[in-house]
Amino acid sequence: MSLRTPLGKVMGLGSAKEGTGHWWMQRVTAIALIGLGLWFMISIAAAGDLGYGSTIAWLARPVNAVLLSSFVLTLLYHSKLGVQVVIEDYVSSPVLKVGGLLLSVFVHLLLAMAGVISILRINAGGLS
Amino acid sequence: MANDNRPLSPFHHYKPQLTSLLSFAHRLSGIALSVSAVGLVYWLLLLADGPQALERLEILATIPGQIMLAGVTLAFFYHLNNGIRHLFWDMGMGFELTRTYLTGWLVLIATLLMWAAFWAAVTDLPGGLP
Repeated sequence: MSLRTPLGKVMGLGSAKEGTGHWWMQRVTAIALIGLGLWFMISIAAAGDLGYGSTIAWLARPVNAVLLSSFVLTLLYHSKLGVQVVIEDYVSSPVLKVGGLLLSVFVHLLLAMAGVISILRINAGGLS
Repeated sequence: MANDNRPLSPFHHYKPQLTSLLSFAHRLSGIALSVSAVGLVYWLLLLADGPQALERLEILATIPGQIMLAGVTLAFFYHLNNGIRHLFWDMGMGFELTRTYLTGWLVLIATLLMWAAFWAAVTDLPGGLP
């Protein structure tokens, strides 16, 4: 006879209380980043001219703005998950660990806001 | 914490092997890329700020700047290729010892080829410099 509740079994949560969410999202973002990352690097390599005018013109195209903001957000999500594991693995002091994890979340959120708002401003702020 | 002085895994006594070095490099390149994400967002902020702001990226044209860009792109292609290797492991493929070494070398070769192709194609750096 198992003492686990049916709900507990279905949710698959072990003693870590978290289940597979972290592992799964790391893989989902990794798969997305194969495509988005290669697109970004090929775009940079193919650009020829990375000066202000041509970069703004490139970013002002909706397809590039959509893909670049997707790249930035997916990259930061993946980075947040990775940095979290590194902190959990190597920082043993509970205070530094929790502080580091909080700082990492805040920095990643700020970077996401800054990245998306910059892309929006280039597209909607009359810079192009 | 009850005891901060517990014994650690004696990883520095193990003989370095391709498998362990690549595993270490995956983590190291991941950390480097997380730091680089700040640079990517900074680039976007400067672009949104106007043409004058972008002049701050002229620092990338210096020797240390060039070395940094070379390192960041190397970390990017390595993490990408070795990440794909990890995804195959997640599907239960490639765990045989010979396969693990084969894919390890493949990752290194693919990384160097992609890195070289990228820099052969790039003719201009952020900031509009040669």
